[in-house]
Amino acid sequence: MQYEIVIGLEIHAQLLTETKMFCGCSTKFGAEPNTQTCPVCIGMPGVLPVINKKAVEYVIKTGLATKCKISPYSRFARKNYFYPDLPKGYQISQYELPLCKDGYAEIIVDGISKRVGITRIHLEEDAGKNIHAEEENYSLVDLNRAGVPLMEIVTEPDIRSPQEAIKFIKKLRTILRYLDVCDGNMEEGSLRCDANVSVRPHGQREFGVKTEIKNANSFKFLEKALEYEIKRQIKVLDGGGEIIQETRLWDSVRGITESMRSKEEAHDYRYFPDPDLLPIEVDNVWLEGIKAQIPELPEVKRERFVREYHLPEYDADLLTSEKPLAEWFEEGVRLGGEPKALSNWIMGELMRLLNEENKSIEECPLKPQQLVDLLELINKGIISGKIAKTVFEEMYRSGKEPEGIVRERGLVQISDEAEIEAAIEEVLKKNPEEVERFRAGEDKLMGFFVGQVMKATKGKANPKIVNELLRKKLSE
Amino acid sequence: MELYDLTLSKAQLSITKGEISPVELTDAIFKRIEAVEEKIKAYVTLTKDSATTQAHLTEVNIKKGIKGRLQGIPIAIKDNICTEGIRTTCSSKILENFIPPYESTATKRLKTEGYILIGKTNMDEFAMGSSTENSAFFPTKNPWNLERIPGGSSGGSAAAVAAGECIAALGSDTGGSIRQPAALCGVVGLKPTYGRISRYGLVAFASSLDQIGPITKDVRDSAILLNIICGYDPYDSTSVQIPVPDFTSVLGQDIKGIRLGVPKEYFIEGMDKEVEQAIRNAIKGLESLGAIPIEVSLPHTGFAVATYYILATSEASSNLARYDGVKYGFRIDGKDLMDMYMKTRAGGFGAEVKRRIILGTYALSSGYYEAYYRKAQQVRTLIKQDFEKAFKTVDVIVTPTSPTAAFKLGEKTEDPLQMYLSDIFTISVNLAGVPGISIPCGFTSKNLPIGLQIIGKRFDEETILKVAYAYEQSTKWHKRRPSLKEGKSRK
Repeated sequence: MQYEIVIGLEIHAQLLTETKMFCGCSTKFGAEPNTQTCPVCIGMPGVLPVINKKAVEYVIKTGLATKCKISPYSRFARKNYFYPDLPKGYQISQYELPLCKDGYAEIIVDGISKRVGITRIHLEEDAGKNIHAEEENYSLVDLNRAGVPLMEIVTEPDIRSPQEAIKFIKKLRTILRYLDVCDGNMEEGSLRCDANVSVRPHGQREFGVKTEIKNANSFKFLEKALEYEIKRQIKVLDGGGEIIQETRLWDSVRGITESMRSKEEAHDYRYFPDPDLLPIEVDNVWLEGIKAQIPELPEVKRERFVREYHLPEYDADLLTSEKPLAEWFEEGVRLGGEPKALSNWIMGELMRLLNEENKSIEECPLKPQQLVDLLELINKGIISGKIAKTVFEEMYRSGKEPEGIVRERGLVQISDEAEIEAAIEEVLKKNPEEVERFRAGEDKLMGFFVGQVMKATKGKANPKIVNELLRKKLSE
Repeated sequence: MELYDLTLSKAQLSITKGEISPVELTDAIFKRIEAVEEKIKAYVTLTKDSATTQAHLTEVNIKKGIKGRLQGIPIAIKDNICTEGIRTTCSSKILENFIPPYESTATKRLKTEGYILIGKTNMDEFAMGSSTENSAFFPTKNPWNLERIPGGSSGGSAAAVAAGECIAALGSDTGGSIRQPAALCGVVGLKPTYGRISRYGLVAFASSLDQIGPITKDVRDSAILLNIICGYDPYDSTSVQIPVPDFTSVLGQDIKGIRLGVPKEYFIEGMDKEVEQAIRNAIKGLESLGAIPIEVSLPHTGFAVATYYILATSEASSNLARYDGVKYGFRIDGKDLMDMYMKTRAGGFGAEVKRRIILGTYALSSGYYEAYYRKAQQVRTLIKQDFEKAFKTVDVIVTPTSPTAAFKLGEKTEDPLQMYLSDIFTISVNLAGVPGISIPCGFTSKNLPIGLQIIGKRFDEETILKVAYAYEQSTKWHKRRPSLKEGKSRK
């Protein structure tokens, strides 16, 4: 039977606030265990939470960027369950009245734009971490992460393939990074994703029974986990079985999903409004203030790049995938670089070198001015495009100015016709046989002669002039 | 008069004038404690060493010219209010050895004014109870009759004030826990408007109802302490940013023309006759001072106890989840995590606390939430509206504080429902978030104190203090002190 895949995502994004959600502790990643804690975030008796306004603003920003309705009145609720990494025995979250509702983000599927609905975005606090000491009969708890602001984004079941799911998360990640509300680092866990998956026979309206997949902590694992789970469900159904509603954990070592708990074992979280916190009221003044902080978003920027700089869609898409990259590019344009040439160099040489060192554009040692200067040298015919690649790499590694490199290494292009003519005559003299063949009609030997001349001039000869003079000489 | 019998205002005056020194007063209190504490058992922890040091320091400060409104005044603090470096147990085994590394906002404010902490007072475990018999350590006795309970949950604080074991005390009130023991011990207890006083550092029982307040020998002392502990606190989002008046400035003002609401639902069949008579007499007394009694109706009063026991237990079931043996406090190890949780909580909490956790967990459970928690929230709104409506026609509402005077130890421990009814007149005030004060208004034939409750509009503590003070000054009830023997009092 043919099945249709139905996927909905629950994405948790750690917010880039300096301090935790309900206290003044630092949110920095990687500190010694339990050093970034205080009586509030370790749940001592009698202490009270105080809302981090910045975190609320970050969620509203995300809501606005994903076309959500922002609730003028929302509130925090307690989600009650026992676990050692949850110091209060409840997580402060949102339940009935989340901050944002009914939005969407667009992805491109088969060249066509598709909307994935966002059901809600709410704010909550993260839990700590249990560290299970191997071969010991105890576990340790690190509460540094307890109370870090966490944004939960829940999508509609609009996604129809694992690839669409990955596209959506990548898109969302780009938006979050543009807004500077989350660093989007899946490996460090600052962006985590659970997926609800089901399949149904083509044409059937009702959804199939879903399972929830947890613990797939990278794009690659998530795609694999979804693919595995879909195959598993189809196999069960084709074999006449039934899907059990349950939570399943992705095991990246074995490449399978495994049952963690069934619906019957599901927690009753006993949500109720947190009496320690007042409702959040978002008035127009506050909302307008937040709106004003939203930068140009990737979609809009991409369209503008196509319109303003006449870049192909592909270039525009790539250049706007990260805000700092787009900024690097635009700085180059502002300094007088030709847009398409800049784009080619960025997507080609620059990306290659950055990827080699696993660096982001923010860590790029090269300044846009240097690339613009290099382009200028090419335009003026001072160096050839081929030599430029050498200069570019050296510029990237040493940080030196392109002109300096060209001068120091004597890479200035030879445009002096007399000098080139001398080199040509030398080459023709050394290769009489080839000259004969060429004159007899073997046209493709032209490349051979050009290569020989370039070699003789250490690549510095102006290729245009070399070509012209060669043709002249050979037809003499 | 003995030094330990001094009111806070008198002690303040004597210290300022140099008639007595902080060290003398502190010594006098500890001598008194030595003499009577064995009988009363008001304290879980006594802080004699730090109090003595503090008293000496205060004397140095006074000489230096450093001023404070509570310089050298010995005050007792209920043991659910966190005091930095001093054990805070909530009279529970689960926190028996818990030493908070932080100070509650209320006691921080007392500290700034130079108070001397005498000790931490006994209470019903986690403030759940009306007799202080639910303390995990020992029951406290009523100074007026040692066979009887002092009320609760702030029974230790009320008994300590009544017995002269401190000059004044702080308690907390979730459903009557300041006013009811104050009434039963013949002292003054004030529960301020919800949001008046920061709850930061008050170990939560039911967060939407809890409020700290003073327990004192007279109304003036109550106003003095209120002046100090009130005010907005950025660490408590539910504390309200509203100016704090000088509550003593209204004391002595005329109460002519004050409209006195008398709710018909509070004078019910089966109420203790002596209590009812005392309240009727008090209303007459107020009338003779110029107040005008007007019958009002608070129609949803009959639902208050049920509503309270759903909301308070729901919040408590969540508030007490943190005592899991993982981070601090009591732990019994188990074969695995679940076993440790169960053993720790089974062994660390007393029966009443467990009863309420179970009740609250049930009320919040999926499938029951709508019928219990949400319904109770709706009734709470109706109760609030009852008061708002009544306060359109009256300035204050007067009721008995407690349906009976102090009962005997063990009399109601077997019947939780009977115990819950001890708070029938005080609970609505917490649900509505309004302020209420209990002041002495007479004695039963067995020489047990009776309390009059005066309830005010939100953030109008001034009017209830004014009325309370006018009544108090026209009577001598507040001057009586217990003899610490059965049935006799010292004059």
